[in-house]
Amino acid sequence: MSAAAHAVLPGRGGVFGALADLLWRRPGVLLFVMLLPPVLWLGVIYLGSLFALLAQSFFSIDEFSGLIRHELTLKTYGELFRPSNLDIILRSVIMAAVVTLAAAVVAFPIAYYAARYARGKWRVLFYLGAMLPLWSSYLVKVYAWKLILAKEGILNWAFAQLHLTWLLDLVLAIPVIGGNSLSVSYIGTFLVFLYVWLPFMILPTQAALERVPVSLIEASSDLGAAPRQTFRTVLLPLALPGMVAGSIFTFSLTLGDYIIPQIVGSSRLFIGQAVYAQQGTAGNIPLAAAFTVVPIVIMGFYLWGARRMGAFDAL
Amino acid sequence: MTTAVSFQNVSRHFGPVRAVDRVDLAIAEGEFFAMLGPSGSGKTTCLRLIAGFEQPTAGHIEIFGETAEGVPPYRRNVNTVFQDYALFPHLNVIDNVGYGLMVRGVGKAERHRIAAEALELVQLPGYGERRPGQLSGGQRQRVALARALVNKPRVLLLDEPLGALDLKLREQMQEELRALQKRLGITFVFVTHDQGEALSMADRIAVFNDGRIMQLGTPEDVYRRPASRFVADFVGSSNVLPPDFVERHAGTARWASLRPEAVRVEPGAAGAVTGTVAARNFLGASTRIAIVVEGLRLHAVLPAGRVASGEGEAVSLAWDAADLHLMEDEG
Repeated sequence: MSAAAHAVLPGRGGVFGALADLLWRRPGVLLFVMLLPPVLWLGVIYLGSLFALLAQSFFSIDEFSGLIRHELTLKTYGELFRPSNLDIILRSVIMAAVVTLAAAVVAFPIAYYAARYARGKWRVLFYLGAMLPLWSSYLVKVYAWKLILAKEGILNWAFAQLHLTWLLDLVLAIPVIGGNSLSVSYIGTFLVFLYVWLPFMILPTQAALERVPVSLIEASSDLGAAPRQTFRTVLLPLALPGMVAGSIFTFSLTLGDYIIPQIVGSSRLFIGQAVYAQQGTAGNIPLAAAFTVVPIVIMGFYLWGARRMGAFDAL
Repeated sequence: MTTAVSFQNVSRHFGPVRAVDRVDLAIAEGEFFAMLGPSGSGKTTCLRLIAGFEQPTAGHIEIFGETAEGVPPYRRNVNTVFQDYALFPHLNVIDNVGYGLMVRGVGKAERHRIAAEALELVQLPGYGERRPGQLSGGQRQRVALARALVNKPRVLLLDEPLGALDLKLREQMQEELRALQKRLGITFVFVTHDQGEALSMADRIAVFNDGRIMQLGTPEDVYRRPASRFVADFVGSSNVLPPDFVERHAGTARWASLRPEAVRVEPGAAGAVTGTVAARNFLGASTRIAIVVEGLRLHAVLPAGRVASGEGEAVSLAWDAADLHLMEDEG
């Protein structure tokens, strides 16, 4: 090698070398090439089919022939307001709201522990514990729960062993949410929903809590706030964006699910089941499409309300 | 004089680590007290013991004569300015400053009035509506100060409050803090690793190392009469002279410290102590030179323009006998 090395090294040569140089000089091209496939997927296949589905909701079905009339009308939306359909919507929304609230309450201490105290292998265990339920098949989990909650199931047995069968009977005797056994009651549906969606609440809440510096908690305490006040005025507002993110999952997933209420619970329908029934056996695609619009609209209002309440201020 | 904070044989251990090791301390009311030491020396843990974020493993702490052990931070009339300021990101400045009043149930109008006054005290009037994220480092520091003062604490704790500021701002804040403390008459306890900051601001300094107090005294004491090699070296990077050197030049076989600015340097090898200039650093107002004397590297700080000798030249050193301070061997 000569004493004076070149300040500019020669190019790598070849097609890839030239390409690398080009992309380095024009980062916009690289961005375009990288984003094109996902944008096409999201735009055309994902959103496109969603809008195609939604367009169906503005058609209606001919009640005599059972054929779809391809004229724009709001008649199908009108059908949503029949008492029996309103019942389905109301039932789903209440269930989704209760599941979300319960998930937030159960998830918070777990997420708080993981964010604040868990280190090293305990942290790994936390992530495993939170994620593990997501690894196994959803159907297997739901059927497992059906067995757990059944009259001959382990839960009934445990209550019997503890001589607490009267307590279980008392709970099951509550009108509406009770029933013959947990597996055919709303309580059972609720428990399974809660179990299945809980990881979706824990993880974002934990992520939000982890971003809260310990010094903020100490500062609050230092300034005279009792732990309860610190929780309400510092911890909760700062964790709220994460909890809202989690609630988007728990709320919308509950709202649209059609398998859990079919396997565990009373035979009354939820939105997901209504969609399933309308597009399948009933062959009423427009009404099924209209039903799918309901969760979307509800979620829209939900997010709007959350934003108004300042849930995203600390984002 | 009333004692604001007293430590009696206080220790705080974290597992095998003795963060604070049998510390005795008495801070007087109205005093500007500095805890000085390198990182990990236990000074911040001492501050956290006063604030109540840590509980002592052993020993006894009193704040204005009242036992502090087992008293949670929110029941101590002591407030802290945190190193990272710890401003609440979801609240604007006025609500940050008024937070201590809010949790005590003071009404909104009243608390905004008091908070606005506090903001004026730290020279940030009219900043109430801003978010902490919109403020510069120096402004955040002032907000943190106002927030801590709004509760009228009996002791104000400051954890390296000037560490994140640039030099000019730091010097300005040093003066302001000092003036504020004199005006309010609150006891300030100040943690820093910057010896210059401690020397210029504090009434008294406790020098920490390895969880223990190495020396406690006025800035003048600590600077001129360091008790140990550690203090001499840490506070103002003194020349630490080993016993054999001291014996040859002062007649006693003891460790001694010699401040760099007390060393006189003359060109030529005519004097009693001679050496060779190894390095010269221009510091602006002064010049610092390193001289190798009898295998020992000594430093001298001379006013700018008084240094005639360059690197590699022979020089003679001299100092007044009174400037050679004999020390204990430990540390």
